[in-house]
Amino acid sequence: MNLHEYQSKKLFLDHGIPVLKGEIANSLNEAKSAAEKIQSAIWVVKAQVHAGGRGKAGGVKIAKSIAEVGERAAEMLGTNLITKQTDDLGLPVRMVYIESGTSIQSEYYLSLLVDRTKESWTFIASKEGGVDIEAIAEESPDKIINYTIDPLKGLEIESLKEMADRMDFIDDIQSQFISITKKMFEIAKEKDANLIEVNPLILDDENQLIALDAKITIESNALFRQKELLLLKDDSQENELEVKASEHDLSYVSLDGNIACMVNGAGLAMATMDLIKLHGGEPANFLDVGGGATTERVKMAIEIIMENPNVDAILINIFGGIVRCDVIAQGIYEAVKSTKIDIPIVVRLQGTNVELGRKILEESGMKIISASDLTDAAIKVVASVKGKVE
Amino acid sequence: MSVLVSKESRILCQGITGSQGSFHTEQCIEYGSNIVAGVTPGKGGSTHLDVPVFNSVAEAKADLEIDVSMIFVPAKFAADAMKSAIESEIGLIVCITEGVPVQDMIEVKAMLNGSDSILLGPNCPGIITPDETKIGIMPGFIHQKGSVGIISRSGTLTYEAVHQTSICGLGQSTCIGIGGDPIKGLNFIECLSLFEKDPETEGIVMVGEIGGSDEEKAAEFIKENISKPVVAYVAGVSAPPGKRMGHAGAIVTGKEGTALSKYEALNDAGVATTDSPALIGKIMKDLLNR
Repeated sequence: MNLHEYQSKKLFLDHGIPVLKGEIANSLNEAKSAAEKIQSAIWVVKAQVHAGGRGKAGGVKIAKSIAEVGERAAEMLGTNLITKQTDDLGLPVRMVYIESGTSIQSEYYLSLLVDRTKESWTFIASKEGGVDIEAIAEESPDKIINYTIDPLKGLEIESLKEMADRMDFIDDIQSQFISITKKMFEIAKEKDANLIEVNPLILDDENQLIALDAKITIESNALFRQKELLLLKDDSQENELEVKASEHDLSYVSLDGNIACMVNGAGLAMATMDLIKLHGGEPANFLDVGGGATTERVKMAIEIIMENPNVDAILINIFGGIVRCDVIAQGIYEAVKSTKIDIPIVVRLQGTNVELGRKILEESGMKIISASDLTDAAIKVVASVKGKVE
Repeated sequence: MSVLVSKESRILCQGITGSQGSFHTEQCIEYGSNIVAGVTPGKGGSTHLDVPVFNSVAEAKADLEIDVSMIFVPAKFAADAMKSAIESEIGLIVCITEGVPVQDMIEVKAMLNGSDSILLGPNCPGIITPDETKIGIMPGFIHQKGSVGIISRSGTLTYEAVHQTSICGLGQSTCIGIGGDPIKGLNFIECLSLFEKDPETEGIVMVGEIGGSDEEKAAEFIKENISKPVVAYVAGVSAPPGKRMGHAGAIVTGKEGTALSKYEALNDAGVATTDSPALIGKIMKDLLNR
C-alpha cells in the first residue's frame, strides 16, 4: 500500500526526520490559507499522486505570492497527472501539498528497502540526488552506496558511519545523516514499510539535511497489524475495478485488449494471458479467482470483467485443485443467467469434479464453447473475436 | 528414491484443528501420507483425525519422531509457527500459509541460516512424491509416479505441468512448489541440485514467473551443475510492467526480473525453454526419448 508524500512526511515528522513546513489543501481557498499559515517568502505546490516523476510532469510548481499559490493549486486540482511512472491516463490530483521554499546547497539520494535478494533491509545512498537515479545506477554503479543490515545484529553504527564517509558527510552533517538513517529504520520496523525513499535529501544553506520528498510503501500483508495506516489508503489512486475486485478477494488488473480472462491461481492466470497473446489475441484483464472460489465469487468475477466495455469474449480457465469444477460451473451458469451475457464464452475445465462441471454447462442450454486443453482454449477464444481486433 | 520426502516421512501438522488444516490433513491421510501428530496451542491432549494433538511443536517432538512439519496456521501467526519448528530442529518445514509479511520472513530466514532445518514456502502448494506422500494442498489424483522432477513458483500452474507429464506417460519423481513470495525457503537452485542427485529423476521441469532474479540465478547454476535435461516456462511475458512508486527496487534488481531476461538466461544455459505453458509435457517427452 502506497502512502502520499504528505502522509509519509507526517511519519517523518513524528519520528524526528527533518522536513519543511507543509499543509495539505484540496481547494484554491484552502491552498491560500495553507500558504498564509506556513509564512514563507516562497512556496512549493505539490500534486499528491502515487507516482514519481511529478516535477517533470508539471506536478511540482513554485509560487512567489499567496495568490499565486492559489492559482497553481487550482490548476492542478481536479486534473490527472501523467508522469513517467503512470499509464497514459495518469492519476487524479485530489489534494495538493503546500510547502515552504528552501535554499539548496546540494541534493542526495537515500532509501531503505526490503531487499529480496539479500533477504534483509538495504540502504541505498548516492551523492547524486534529485535526478534520474536509475540511470546513474546503470551508467556509474560506483556512485551508488549500499549497506545491507544483518538482521541478527540490527543497525551497526560503524556501517552507518562508513556510508556517511562515502557520502562525504563530516562532523555535524555526518551526525544528522546517521540520525536520519536510524529513524528510517525505526519507521521501517514499526510500520512494516517495504520502501522508504528520500529523493532528494538536501543540504540547505544552514548546513541542515532535510527530506525534500518522501515516498513510503507499506507491506500489504502486514496491514492486519497496521490498522491506523489502513485509514491512509487512497482508493482514488487505484483503478476503480481493481478496488472493487479486491473488496471481494479477487485479484484483478485491467489491460488494453478485448479478451477477458477468469482463471484460478496467479501463475495460471498469467500463463493464460501469455497463451492468448501467443495465438494472436490481446488479454483485457488479469483475474485470479483464488483457491477458495465459491459460486458467489465466480459470479462477482464475471460481473467485474463485464464492466470493461472493451470486452468481446471471455476465456474461463480453471484447473480444479481445491476449487471444484462443479462449483465454478454453477457460478458461470448463474452469472450468465443474471447478467444476460451475449458474447462468446470459452471454458476450459480440468481437475477436481471436471465431469460434473462439464455436465452443468452442457445442460444449461448456454452458448458455451468448451475447450479440451490450454492451447485449444486460446485458439478458440482468439477465433471468436476475429475481425473485432484492429 | 525421491527427493526430500517419501512414504517413510513422519509428518506433523501445525494448525491441524483449523478449517484449512483439518480439510487438507484429511486429504493427505487419504492419499497415504503418514501424519503422526498435530499442534494447536490449547488443544494439547485431544485427538483430531485420529492423531494426537499437542500444545507445541516441542511437546510433540519430545514424544514422537517427526521428520516434516506442515504449517496451516493463519498468516499473523505463521512466522512464530515456523520459528518454533526451527527451534525444535524439524528437518523439513513446509509452510502453506499465504500472506505472511515479508518483514517476518526476514527474521525467519535469519534464524534458519545456521540451523539444520530446511524450509519450503511460505505461500506454496507443498511437496508430493506420487504414490508415497502428499504434504500440501495439491490435488493428489493428477499425479503419477515417474521420472520428472517438477519445481514451480506457482500453484495451479504446477498442476498444469503435472497433468501434462502424467498424460504423456512420464509421471513425476517429486513435485516441489517453492511458492511465489519474495523471501522464502527452498529456491530453484537447491531443488535442481536435489533432482540432479536423485537417480529416479531423469528430467527436470522448472516453472518460473516474472519478478525477482531466481530464474536468472538458476540458469547460472544449471550451466555448471546440471547434466539432466531441463524444460522451463516463465509466466508473465504478456504482463504489463507493474506500477511502482520509487526507484530503489529497480536499482537493486536492474534489468533482471522481466520474462525476457529470464528466458535469455535460461536459453544461454542450454535449457529447453517454451513460450507455451501447454507444451511443457510434450517437450520433456521429446527430450527424454532422444
